[in-house]
Amino acid sequence: MNFITMASFLSAVSQGLLWSILAIGVYITYRVLDFADLTTEGSFPLGAAVTAQGIVMGMNPFVATLAAFGIGLLAGLVTGVFHTKLKIPGLLAGILVMTGLYSVNLRVMGKANLPLLKQPTIVTSVVETTGLSTANAVMAVGIIAVAVVIVLLWLLFSTEFGFALRATGDNPRMISALGVNTDIMIILGLMISNGLISLSGGLIAQYNGYSDVGMGVGTIVIGLASVIIGEVLLGRRSIVWCLFSVVIGSILYRIIIAFVLANNLPPTDLKLFSSIVLAICLSLPAAKERYRDFVNRRGQKTVQKEEKLC
Amino acid sequence: MLKVDNVKKTFSPGTVNEKRALKNITFHMEPSDFVTVIGGNGAGKSTMLNAIAGIFKVDTGTIMINDADVTKLPEHKRAVYIGRVFQDTRMGTASDMTIEENMAMALRRGKARGLRKGITKAERNLFRERLAILDLGLENRMTAKTGLLSGGQRQALTLLMATMTKPELLLLDEHTAALDPKTAKKVLELTNQIITEDKLTALMITHNMQDALRLGNRIMMLHEGRVLIDLQREEKKNLQVADLLKMFEKASGTGMASDKILLS
Ligand SMILES: Nc1ncnc2c1ncn2[C@@H]1O[C@H](COP(=O)(O)OP(=O)(O)OP(=O)(O)O)[C@@H](O)[C@H]1O
Ligand SMILES: [Mg+2]
Repeated sequence: MNFITMASFLSAVSQGLLWSILAIGVYITYRVLDFADLTTEGSFPLGAAVTAQGIVMGMNPFVATLAAFGIGLLAGLVTGVFHTKLKIPGLLAGILVMTGLYSVNLRVMGKANLPLLKQPTIVTSVVETTGLSTANAVMAVGIIAVAVVIVLLWLLFSTEFGFALRATGDNPRMISALGVNTDIMIILGLMISNGLISLSGGLIAQYNGYSDVGMGVGTIVIGLASVIIGEVLLGRRSIVWCLFSVVIGSILYRIIIAFVLANNLPPTDLKLFSSIVLAICLSLPAAKERYRDFVNRRGQKTVQKEEKLC
Repeated sequence: MLKVDNVKKTFSPGTVNEKRALKNITFHMEPSDFVTVIGGNGAGKSTMLNAIAGIFKVDTGTIMINDADVTKLPEHKRAVYIGRVFQDTRMGTASDMTIEENMAMALRRGKARGLRKGITKAERNLFRERLAILDLGLENRMTAKTGLLSGGQRQALTLLMATMTKPELLLLDEHTAALDPKTAKKVLELTNQIITEDKLTALMITHNMQDALRLGNRIMMLHEGRVLIDLQREEKKNLQVADLLKMFEKASGTGMASDKILLS
């Protein structure tokens, strides 16, 4: 068995940071809104396509990256309207937008693969202005981007709007009875989520040095795996805690991948491997529960007494 | 205050499952009326409450609250007038959010949700005071998720939430039915106390005839989607369960055998 080198470990951490923004987007739909959103697989390459094409056309890379966020908002808007206003089931609404975006992404790029060789990117401009090595610049970009996203989301989730958004996923009937239009909340939640996912796509395109029309395939699994790995390891507490755990999950996922690649698994097997990892992670809570039930059954009598408080 | 006129509702019309849940409901409520609603299973009690709350659109008829026609308003726009407590104790709170977060959302019932703070320090103090009234120790557990509370604790909290911003109309649908008898009694007393002290206008569905007679100033019995009996203050005062059953027999033309349901 081969262990990974320090360099590939650090590279995995950097990648994990950039990908964690996608995972945070998935967290918002999957955990906060309780909505399995497949738009992800279209909005991620959409962000990559928009950023890459923007840069190729001479746009400032920072502006092009922000444009990815903006365009991702629109992708989420479409899924949200499909689901809430046109009453298309959530899973299907996501699939429709994802599929439609495939053509859109090809149009944006003009071809299936758009290289960014010798083009200025966020990474190159950080290297130029600070004199950092490329590897360190990527790390810096990742840390700053993730920190900004987490702080902004933390602020957002502690507003009245943020409360209403969380309650919409938690108990839509209750928050509706308290005067919140849950359709609007679902639409806004999907927009924020896909904006972040698209932003992540834009960053990854700059990291990879190209945008590819196929780069969305499997991203929902990557995002979910990060969310679940984080939860299994760190548990679910406050929102900030969860966002942080998603980032940890995303980094760990990349480290696992780096480890697997270092042990000569062909990269083409990665998607199968990702699915297996996610399946294992998803089944862990159930396994844990079963174990706890088994342990609890012995001490059940004492537990019952405690529960009848009111 | 509340005016319900000729409200009808048929579920799945034109299908084999067609169900005329509300055949013709008409009644008016004065400010600070406390009406108890009884009736057998499937009489249409919950459907009537849901129609008033705006869960679905009615087929015909009008619903007015405080002279505002709300018939066509969706549920979330009627929230400004209405506080609700449901039968299912999990229905009234967001279980993954804390007690104080839930209360903060209830405090903003009917108001637009913006980018202001979701909960302020002053509000926390207010919530602590209010929770202390319940005498359940919840004031010391304000950052606990409501999913961790017992059914009775949750129902008391939901009641507090529904009445914190004084609602024009309070709707209670068998809100003590899922609780053990002792807890049910406690929550019911609390309900009565809040409604009388704050002079709330309230509609309370119950399957307990004694409670229905003892509480409130008016009693309504629903049967097959209609208001069969509607007794005001004076008529209600000395009424016994047996009287009510006799009146039911006479009004509905059915025998005692089927009335067992009413006593459940
Ligand atoms: N959404 C719905 N779709 C179809 N039928 C419905 C719906 N809601 C209620 N009904 C039907 O309407 C009738 C009245 O139901 P409702 O729930 O109002 O009765 P209820 O008086 O509250 O009874 P209970 O005491 O059992 O709660 C029932 O026959 C019920 O099956
Ligand atoms: Mg009912």
